[in-house]
This record gives sequence, structure tokens and C-alpha cells, in this order.
Amino acid sequence: MVSDDRRYSREHEWVRQTDGGAEIGITRFAADELGDIVYVELPAVGTALRQFTAFGVVESVKAVSDLFAPVSGTVAAINDELRSHPELLNSDPEGAGWLCRLERTDAAELDALLDAAAYADLTGSP
Amino acid sequence: MTAAAETPLRTPLHATHLEHGARMVPFAGWEMPIHYGSILDEHRAVRSGVGLFDLSHMGEIEIRGPEAMAFTRYAVVSDPANLEVGQAQYSMLCQADGGIIDDLILYRLPDGYLLVCNAANHDVVVEHLAALRQAADFDARIDDRSSRTALVAPQGPAAAEVLAGLTDLDLSDLGNYRAARGQVAGVDCLVARTGYTGEDGFELFCDSRRARTIWRALLEAGAAHDIQPCGLGCRDTLRLEAGMPLYGNELDRSVNPYEANLGRVVKLDKGEFAGRAALAAIQQTGPRRRLVGLQLAGDGIARSGYPVLIDGQQVGSVTSGTMSPTLGHAVALAYLPSGEAAVGGQVEVAIRDRQVGAEQVKLPFYRRPQ
Repeated sequence: MVSDDRRYSREHEWVRQTDGGAEIGITRFAADELGDIVYVELPAVGTALRQFTAFGVVESVKAVSDLFAPVSGTVAAINDELRSHPELLNSDPEGAGWLCRLERTDAAELDALLDAAAYADLTGSP
Repeated sequence: MTAAAETPLRTPLHATHLEHGARMVPFAGWEMPIHYGSILDEHRAVRSGVGLFDLSHMGEIEIRGPEAMAFTRYAVVSDPANLEVGQAQYSMLCQADGGIIDDLILYRLPDGYLLVCNAANHDVVVEHLAALRQAADFDARIDDRSSRTALVAPQGPAAAEVLAGLTDLDLSDLGNYRAARGQVAGVDCLVARTGYTGEDGFELFCDSRRARTIWRALLEAGAAHDIQPCGLGCRDTLRLEAGMPLYGNELDRSVNPYEANLGRVVKLDKGEFAGRAALAAIQQTGPRRRLVGLQLAGDGIARSGYPVLIDGQQVGSVTSGTMSPTLGHAVALAYLPSGEAAVGGQVEVAIRDRQVGAEQVKLPFYRRPQ
């Protein structure tokens, strides 16, 4: 389930470059590890995120986990669907369960991230 | 408590859990299933159909002998003297200052009592009972049967129908908080109509070596009701919705029964018992704090340890909290000063850098349809 056009952080977030920015989310591995996700706390549009710094919180039934930005950028949009349907993070974490869209990103930061093969190694995925 | 530092203990159903794809976690010195895929699915199965729990980690201690009744009566805060054979009672062991050593279910047996205690407190309870017995010189034997006893618990509205096809007992004769000896799938059991989920359900105590037979028979018989193996994750959300305290969260040695809304369990008029003097004094003055139920009004989930505030001042702490799968909103238990504890009272919970409004609501949060 690790797609090729993304980069991955060691904290289990993904980033996908888009026209003029990037989309970020949590990986399938992270979603499976967390279990049923019941609440997501995301930053307001306009918030500046710094690479590898906490920007929000995801809560499963049992645990609270920080979200770490895989890249820096300014929040252009957040996924409002997650407010009423946090389970999207379990069912489709790398698609409909995206977290934020960022603008003013820096493509050079991607070099500090893992490609799909390296991330699969990290998580022991086939 | 020695077990926690050593190799985790495994229940007789350990291999079966792995076959079911369980996520295993360390718990109270044991390696236990937290879930088999989804805590929410397991929670819903118990509310709407039937779920199957392995609770073999819990402690089973029998008290027998000529003074079994006198000793049990002295050791616990409730009064088990008038229980009929087969009747169960919720109770506690308290220390001299009234603090709770453990909460437990006791069952009246033909010749004594069975005490079912929390796994985390098993060693402490056994030592405490032995010390009490010796100090007060009761002619009673304490028989710790925990390592030889498995506990399998089908819980949920369909549990009775599933179990009925596997047992020689007439379950319509077995009322709530009653137990009887019988066979389940050909295995001798103590069949108890008890649980920790807020639903109808059963707890089946049997010889550890026969646990797999019972587990498999229940899964097979329950297939028509989509029976679901259930882990400790949903056990926690189920008990919390049902407003039941959990030792280690709501209860510990710094908490007395009156604070935890368990004063009704304490029978001060039964004569001398361990902790009586302190409990009588607390009952006279009233507890300084009380356990309350909170329903959050805003976004977020109150978790254990989060501060509870009134007018910006911390007045208490959350002991347990979750997003209630059945109710769809966040609920929590918290201790508040007695003067502030009132249904309808407004408080705030500090969740990270925010303060979220919450209302004190009547417990339990969830009551099963009659």
C-alpha cells in the first residue's frame, strides 16, 4: 500500500507534491498501529508548519499521538471531513484521509525524507 | 506484583488469540489481547450481539473452612453472610485508613466463598488475606486457584441464547449476579451471570486445561450472532460507558469507597471488619471528594490525568475518558471536591492548550435497554 509518488517521514507521515504545494497525511502503517481513530485536531488555515515539528493530534480509542509535519509550509486547507468522519484515517489514510494541504513548501526538504522503498524497509512492510 | 518484571504470564488461550490475529499487550504482568482488529467493532458487538472475552488473568481465590464466612465477612467491606449459595456480590478490601486495596466480586459457594480479584492486585490480595487471617486467627483456608482457573466471558444481549445451546443449565433460572455449577460444551464450569460491560452476560470459570474447548464451542455456537472475540480495549470502553470504576484509574489505596460512590457497598453495621473505624468516620463527615461523570460539550477527548477546572482553577482530575462508541460523544470520570459535585454542574477540562466545557451528568452514561 506504499505508493511511489510520495515521500515518508520516520514519524509515519506522508507528503505528496501538488501544483503549488503539498498534501500531507499519516501512513497506512501508522493508521493500523493506532487502531480505530476517533478524533483529529488540526491547525487553522494560515498556520505555518515547520518540518518535523508537531502540528496536530490524532486520537485512537486508547491513545493520543502527536502529528509531525513531514515538510514545512503554510496550511492552505484542512480536511474538514475528518471532523465528523475520523474513521477515514483508518479506511483510507493515504487518500480520502489526507490531513492538510500546504502552500509555500520547499522541495529541498523532501531530501530529508524516505522514498517508498526505504519507508517499507523501516516498517517491515512487504 | 513480581510477575510484571519477569516474563509475562500467558493465559491458556494465548495461542488461540494469536490465531485470531490479536494484538497482544503487556497488562498487569500478563500478555493479553488488546483487540483483534478494531476496538470499536468489538465494543459494538457486545452492545448489539455478543462478544467473547478471555479474562483468565483475573485472580480466583477460594476461602473455605469452619470460619470461612466469619473470615470473609471480616476481610471485605460488604456483608456476604446473607448471600444464598450461588449468589454474587460486588465488594472491596480496604486498608486501615479506608483506602481501597482492591475491588472484587465474591460468590457464595456451598462451603465457602470464591473471590475474583483484579490481576494487577492478585499478589497483594493473597498476601493481605493471609495477613488478616493470621492476625485475627480465623479457622479458614485461603486457596489461591488463579493459575489453575480460566475465565471465559460471553457478554452481550445474545450471550444467553448462545450459551443456552451449550449448557445443561436452564439459564432462565439463573438471575443476574447468580452462579451455578454446570457443564458448558461438556466441561464443568461455574457459570455466573456477571460481567463488566453493562450488558447481560456470563463469566465461565473452568479448569485452565479445558478453556480452549469452551472458547471454541462458544465461537462456533455464536457464529449465527456474529460473535466477536473481544480484547481489553473494548472492555475498558464498555465499563466506562456503564459507569463502572476500574482499579488503577478510579480506585486505589488513596481513594475510599465513599469518594468512589461505592458507600452503599460498605456495611458498617455488620460488626468489626478491616477498615471499619476509618470508614465509619468518613461516612460521618462525608467524603472530601466525589467521583462524577462528565459529558464534554466541545471538541476533544478528556483523558486520564487531565485537569478539571472551575473558573480557571484546577479542582480535580480526570481518571478515565474516551469517545463513547455508543453515545458518539466524549465522556469521562473525574474526582471533584464534594461541594462541587452535582449533576448539571459545569466544569472545564484542560485538553492540551485548550479548556473544553463539560457538564456533570448522571451515571451510568449508558444503561442497557430493559
